[in-house]
Amino acid sequence: MLGFSWRSSSAKDTDVANLPEELVDINAYIKISPTGEVTILSPNPEIGQNVKTSMPMIVAEELDIDWEQVKVEQAPLDTDKYTRQVAGGSQSIRQGWDSLRIAGATARFLLVKAAAKKWDTNVNNLVTENGIIKNPKTGASISYGEVASEAVTIPMPRKVQLKDPKDFELIGSYVKNVDGMEIVTGKPLFGLDFSREGMTLAMIEHPPAFGMRLKSFDATKAKSMPGIKDVFTIDTSLDNPQWSDVNAFNELVVITGDTTWQLMKAKKALKVEWETISELESTQGHNQKLAEAISRKTGKVIRKDGNPEKIVNTAAKVLENTYTAPFLAHNTMAPMNYFANVSDNHAELIGPVQTPAALRASVSQFLNIPESNITVELTRIGGGFGRRLYGNFGLEAVAISKRIGGPVKLIYKREDDMTQGTYRPAYAIKYRGALDESGQLLSFEAKGTGIPESPLFANRYPAGTIENYSSVNVGIDTNITTGAWRAPNSNFTAAAEQSFIDELAEAAGKDPIEFRLELFDRAIKNPVGKNNDYDPERYAGVLKLVREKSNWGKDMPGVYRGVAAYYCHNSYVAQVVDLVKDGDSIQIQKVWTAVDCGIVVNREGAINEVEGGIIDGLGHSMYSQLTFENGAPKQDNFDNYHLIRNSEAPKEIEVFFVDSDVHPTGLGEPPLPPVMAAFANALYKATDKRYYNQPYMVADQEMIGRAS
Amino acid sequence: MASYTLNINQEEHQVDVAPDTPLLWVLRDHLNLLGTKYGCGIGQCGACTVHLNGQAVRSCSLPVSAIGDAEVTTIEGLSEEGDHPVQQAWLQHDVAQCGYCQAGQIMSAAALLKSKPKPSDEEIKTAMNGNLCRCGTYLRIRKAIKTAANT
Repeated sequence: MLGFSWRSSSAKDTDVANLPEELVDINAYIKISPTGEVTILSPNPEIGQNVKTSMPMIVAEELDIDWEQVKVEQAPLDTDKYTRQVAGGSQSIRQGWDSLRIAGATARFLLVKAAAKKWDTNVNNLVTENGIIKNPKTGASISYGEVASEAVTIPMPRKVQLKDPKDFELIGSYVKNVDGMEIVTGKPLFGLDFSREGMTLAMIEHPPAFGMRLKSFDATKAKSMPGIKDVFTIDTSLDNPQWSDVNAFNELVVITGDTTWQLMKAKKALKVEWETISELESTQGHNQKLAEAISRKTGKVIRKDGNPEKIVNTAAKVLENTYTAPFLAHNTMAPMNYFANVSDNHAELIGPVQTPAALRASVSQFLNIPESNITVELTRIGGGFGRRLYGNFGLEAVAISKRIGGPVKLIYKREDDMTQGTYRPAYAIKYRGALDESGQLLSFEAKGTGIPESPLFANRYPAGTIENYSSVNVGIDTNITTGAWRAPNSNFTAAAEQSFIDELAEAAGKDPIEFRLELFDRAIKNPVGKNNDYDPERYAGVLKLVREKSNWGKDMPGVYRGVAAYYCHNSYVAQVVDLVKDGDSIQIQKVWTAVDCGIVVNREGAINEVEGGIIDGLGHSMYSQLTFENGAPKQDNFDNYHLIRNSEAPKEIEVFFVDSDVHPTGLGEPPLPPVMAAFANALYKATDKRYYNQPYMVADQEMIGRAS
Repeated sequence: MASYTLNINQEEHQVDVAPDTPLLWVLRDHLNLLGTKYGCGIGQCGACTVHLNGQAVRSCSLPVSAIGDAEVTTIEGLSEEGDHPVQQAWLQHDVAQCGYCQAGQIMSAAALLKSKPKPSDEEIKTAMNGNLCRCGTYLRIRKAIKTAANT
C-alpha cells in the first residue's frame, strides 16, 4: 500500500512507481481503487455512538462521493495519522469535524488537480459530482479512480476550500449504520469474537471485596480439571499509573485453558484466600458519610457570587432539599475482554477499548518496550458508557500473554465485570433557594458531596442567572474504584438541580418553563460573573422548542407532565415527560426532546442516540443501584441488578433538533441527564410526591435526603 | 467428555464436550458460530437466544446433553442472506447501536412472530422483556417487529 498523510507537505514521485493494481491512499482517511471504489477509514472506537458511520460521512461530504459507493473500514490506532482516537466525552464529532472535512476536501482537490493536469486545463474549469470529475465546457468526464494514482503525485495544497454548510447533501441526512447487515446476521465483529490460531483463553479471579487482596491460593483441583492449562498470579501495578489506570485489584489469580466453559468450571473450583487490607465499606456507612458531609458547615467553595447566606434571612420563602443517588455499574452488554500477543519486545493488542492510545502507553510502561513496538487494532465495541476508558483488562491480557509467551484472549464473566468496576460514584447534593414575595429567585446555594467526589460544576447554570450564588464541594474517601460513567457528574447533577428548580418554580407560583426562561433572560441580558460555561440563548432555545412541540400548557386530562433542561458536553437538551396512570401503575407515554448540538451529521444515528440516552437515563434513575456490604458489591448479575427492560421503556419518544449551521457537538451523553429530572417532576404531578432519592422506583431505598 | 451429534442450522455437527457444557459455548468455542453472544450466563439478558424447535431459548443455560435431536437455529441459520423479514425490518429501522445484543433480540422476535404472526403491543413487550439492550434501542425493536409482522 502506498500513500501519504494529508498533513505531509508533498508526495515524492518515487512513491508511485507501480500503482495501478492497488488501492491508492489519497490520505490517512481515504483509499481509492482504479475502478473508483472508495474506502474511508474511521479513526475512532465505535461503542454504539455511530461514529463509524457519521465520521466517514463527513469525509464523504467534502470528497463529493456517492455514499453508496463508499466502503468503511475501522482504522487501527495510529497517532501519527489521526488525532484523538478516543470514544469519550461526546467529543468524536466535535473534535474530528475539521480534520475529517479537510481530509475529504484535500483529496477532492488533488483528484481535480490530477484531472486538470491530464486535460491540460485549469482546476477552476472543473466540477465534481458523486465521484466524477467533469469539464462542463468540453463535456469530458473522468472518475476519481482513474486519476487516483496521479493525484498522489500532486503537491499538497496549503489551503482547501470547504463546502458552505448550506450546500451539504449527505450531512444532515438519514444514513443507516454501516455495520447494520453484519450485526443482524451475527458476523464476528466484537472483541469476544476474535480468535487466533494457537490462542489460549484466560479468566481471572479478583478479590471479592474492595479493601481485600490476594493472600494465597490452592489450584490443585482446578489444575486437574479438563482443558485447564495453568493457574498463576499476575500483578499489573505500574510505577507511574496514568488517569486511565484505575484498578483496585492489580494482583489477580489467572486460569488459562482451552474453552470458556472449562474455565468457568475451574474458576469455581479454585480455592483462594483473601486478606483484608483496608476498610470494608457498606452502603449503610456510605449513606451516613454522605449525610454527614452534606450537613458539614465547611467545604471547598468553587464559586460564590454575592451573599446568599445573608439573603435567606430576609427572604419571603426559603426552600431546602437534599437529593441522592447510588453507585452504578456500567454493565456493557459485552463483558470486559481483550486479546494480547506479547513476544520478545513486541506486543499486539486487539479488542474493545475506548482509549487505545492510553492503553498502549500503559502497556509500554508495563513491558518496558517502546510504543512503536506495540500495535493496537480496534474491534467493534459491545458498549462503552465510560467503562472501557479504563483499560485494566487490556493490561491484564498483556500480563497473561507475557507470562505464557503466546497469544491469549482474556474473558470476564458477567460477575467479574459487575463486581470489579470503575463505578459511577454515589452522590448527594443539598440545595437552598430563596424567593421574594413576587416569586423572584434571590439566591441559590448548592452543596455537593460524593464518594469520592462531588458532582457539582463551578460555572454551570444556574450560576450566572442569580446575584447571590454559591457552590461548595465536599469529598469522601473510599477504596472503591470509580470513574466516568456516561455524562459524568451531569448524570446526577441534572436530576437534582432540575428537580429543585421545579420546586422553586412551584413555590414562586410560576410555570416551570417560564420560571427557567426568566432566569435565562437574566443571563442573556446581564449575566452574573464572567466564567459561565453555557450559552443562555441556546439553553433557552431548546426549552422554547420543546414547549412549542409538546404543546406545553395545553390542558391534557389524565396526562402528568414534567420538564427539565440541561447543558453538558457542549450540547443543549430539553425534555418533557408525559405520564399516564394505568390502574395502580404509571406509564411513560411520551418523551418530547429538543436538542441543540449544532449541525446534525447523521440524523438517523443522532435520533437513535437520543432515544438511547433517554432510556438509559430513565432506567438508571428509576431502577438501578449498586450497593455494598463488607466491601463487596451486593449485585453481581442481571437477576439482582435491575436494568431497564423493553416493557419499562417509554411508549414513544420524539426528537426535535434546533436548525443550526454551527460547529457540531456531541450526542453520546447530553440526552441522558435531564430526562431523570423531567421524569421526577412528572412523577410529582402524578403522585403529589416529590422524589429525592434514586432509584426512584425502588421502595426500600434508604431515604437519607427525604425532605421533612 | 461425551460425543453429541447436534442438528444446527439444518446441518449435523459432531462435538466432544462435557455433558453440562451450555449450548452457547458449544456454538462459540467448538463450532465457531460466533453470532450467539455471551452476556450474563444465567438466562437473564437474552444475548444468547437461539431457537430450539422454533422456540426461543437461552443457550447459556441449556446443557448440550438436554438437546437430543432437537433442531437448533442460530442467527447464522435464520436466513441465507440476512433476508429474514425480522432482519430486514431491523435494517429498515436502523435498530442497532453497539449491536451486541441484537442477534439475541432478532432471534426472540423471529420466534414470537412464528407463534403469533400479528402480535399486539403488549405481546411484543412481554416476549421481548427477557432481552436486555443496554444502549436502549427498545422503541426501534418494537417498531421493527411491527414492520416485520406486516411483511
